[in-house]
Amino acid sequence: MTKSLRIRAAMVSLVIFAAFIGTWHLATRGTGAVAQMSPEYAALMGATATQGKSAMPGPLDVGAKLWEHIRQPFYDNGPNDKGLGIQLGYSIARVMIGYLIAVAVAIPLGFLIGMSPLMNKALDPFIQVLKPISPLAWMPLALYTIKDSSLSAIFVIFICSVWPMLLNTAFGVASVRKEWINVARTLEVGNVRRAFTVILPAAAPTILTGMRISIGIAWLVIVAAEMLVGGTGIGYFVWNEWNNLSIVNVIIAILLIGVVGMLLDQILARFTRMVTFPE
Amino acid sequence: MSTFDNPFDPNRRLTAGGCSCGRHVSEAEHAADPSSSLQPAMLESEDKKFEGVVASAVMRAMFPQDASRRAFLKSVGAATALAAVSQFFPLQTATEAFASSGPLEKKDLKVGFIPITCATPIIMAAPMGFYSKYGLNVEVIKTAGWAVIRDKTINKEYDAAHMLSPMPLAITMGVGSNPIPYTMPAVENINGQAITLAMKHKDKRNPKDWKGFKFAVPFDYSMHNYLLRYYLAEHGLDPDVDVQIRAVPPPEMVANLRADNIDGYLAPDPMNQRAVYDGVGFIHILTKEIWDGHPCCAFAASKEFVTTMPNTYGALLKSIIEATAYAHKPENRKEIAAAIAPANYLNQPAIVLEQILTGTYADGLGNIVKQPNRIDFDPFPWQSFAVWIMTQMKRWGQVKGDVDYKAIAEQVYLATDTAKLMKEAGLTPPTTTSRSFSVMGKSFDGSNPEEYLASFKIKKAS
Repeated sequence: MTKSLRIRAAMVSLVIFAAFIGTWHLATRGTGAVAQMSPEYAALMGATATQGKSAMPGPLDVGAKLWEHIRQPFYDNGPNDKGLGIQLGYSIARVMIGYLIAVAVAIPLGFLIGMSPLMNKALDPFIQVLKPISPLAWMPLALYTIKDSSLSAIFVIFICSVWPMLLNTAFGVASVRKEWINVARTLEVGNVRRAFTVILPAAAPTILTGMRISIGIAWLVIVAAEMLVGGTGIGYFVWNEWNNLSIVNVIIAILLIGVVGMLLDQILARFTRMVTFPE
Repeated sequence: MSTFDNPFDPNRRLTAGGCSCGRHVSEAEHAADPSSSLQPAMLESEDKKFEGVVASAVMRAMFPQDASRRAFLKSVGAATALAAVSQFFPLQTATEAFASSGPLEKKDLKVGFIPITCATPIIMAAPMGFYSKYGLNVEVIKTAGWAVIRDKTINKEYDAAHMLSPMPLAITMGVGSNPIPYTMPAVENINGQAITLAMKHKDKRNPKDWKGFKFAVPFDYSMHNYLLRYYLAEHGLDPDVDVQIRAVPPPEMVANLRADNIDGYLAPDPMNQRAVYDGVGFIHILTKEIWDGHPCCAFAASKEFVTTMPNTYGALLKSIIEATAYAHKPENRKEIAAAIAPANYLNQPAIVLEQILTGTYADGLGNIVKQPNRIDFDPFPWQSFAVWIMTQMKRWGQVKGDVDYKAIAEQVYLATDTAKLMKEAGLTPPTTTSRSFSVMGKSFDGSNPEEYLASFKIKKAS
């Protein structure tokens, strides 16, 4: 039964996909020559003006360009023109650095907040104010004070991905069952040992959920940050192709950003399953 | 023995008496004769000039005695002597080392640019080798916008940058940012902008019909903004009341024109030609019809860079000036279009850039227009340009109160430095730092800015 459900779901997905591509193709077809032009004049004009080609590329254009990028992902033609593989590599590296710093800060701090009601109450107002700030609002401030654009991008990833982890860790630690802590206390387990053997495993699923939300946010932030600071990365690629009014490449970048985001999320989902234990 | 004459000439007169070239009775008379002020070697290419200097020094070092050098040259011939010397002394390397005026304080430089044709000399100097000629390893970095370029130059990520010519003035005066002493030693391009309108307005060619239009310009402190406002005001429209003018990044202009969000823009190329290429707009007029020879973009550096790294700054500026001189020649324009079209630089179809740089272009209305000086390149930062820009800043309320036009112009537009380096690069700079010009038939010479400002009917300044 489950097997047939899976097959049926896959079939429906395929039909939706085919319908989408088909409509896209029909909607963006060229309409043939649009205006009377002398050949010399037409030679100076683009395809949109001469063949009535839609400004929106069709799925075949995107497919062909994507294949071109996939065949040559690591070319390097100077500081402003690098292969998509290199661009994604830069973005992922920046996200990883910013994110790992956020992990290193959020988890110990979250533990502290979760274990001490005093700190929880004291820090809460700050967290609530800082949490909803958009990455783009941090960017000019970071650029101005840090005075280095790639460090600024990393800082922005850090500052935007730290809050969900911090709050989830605090929540997970605070809601560890009282009985378990009491058992540990009766067995005279020390504070540090109690934190590592009782609280951490019990809070781990919640902490990892926070980390999963954070990696999603970090990946959202990187595109905006790189569009502004420029130089390298997938966000810069989008900006550069937008400059060139190349919608084909923008669509390809959007597709890849989605795929990489999904992969990052799946990796953390797997970790979450690993630390979950039956009560 | 003069530094600039041929050390391999055995018949050269020695300087026992008379002057260094031998044609005059004394050094004073030699100096007074205009024909001898520039040595033949100086008039040739710069490489030749330095080659002569180096070879001369080597010959003198090897044969300190004039008589023995003469005997040697006479017996083997100059060519053999040169070949013999080159064998054990790397003349080529020595010449290159000498060509730079002093040791470069920094070789690896980063220069920011915005991907528009105005940046042509800054960009082309990289692929065409003008930077490496002066021993510099320059990376030209594409940047997202004018504000980012300003911040990255101020925080020293960039050593120098492509800016709009009013920006160094605005930064120095502290308009729109903290005041930081800035300099603008070279203009990147003159002319090269246009007013582009959406196709639906192809019958509304008279600006008097433009009431209610929405226009875009790339930045508030830009020639684009001042020229558009000037043009509208001359046609009786108050740019602050009768139309809307917004600052929009150039790439978004074409998309907005297509989406019908704006009616037109005064923008740098390639955006004008790109709108034509994509069939969404037509070129109403080129800005050279508003002010022929107006400056647009500039090469700018902080005062700190200029003073702490004078040799690097000199080498950088020399490469830019030479690239500008190369770009000025119409016969090089096709080659330049091909060099700057790839994704690493402007990232545009080569045919679009070629139309802009050669001046033979489709206007969007079915005509092929020939305007060879649609865009031109002339590095000299006339100080009267700066004064005009400041009158317009004041006219539209960007600066208030008294402006010390002359002092700011002299401090920012480093015309004297440019003239010196142009001379070193074998070019002939102008002898004055200001000149008069006319904008839509109204002449301006920079000597009386307040009176000029008062003569406009439409303005914001009180």
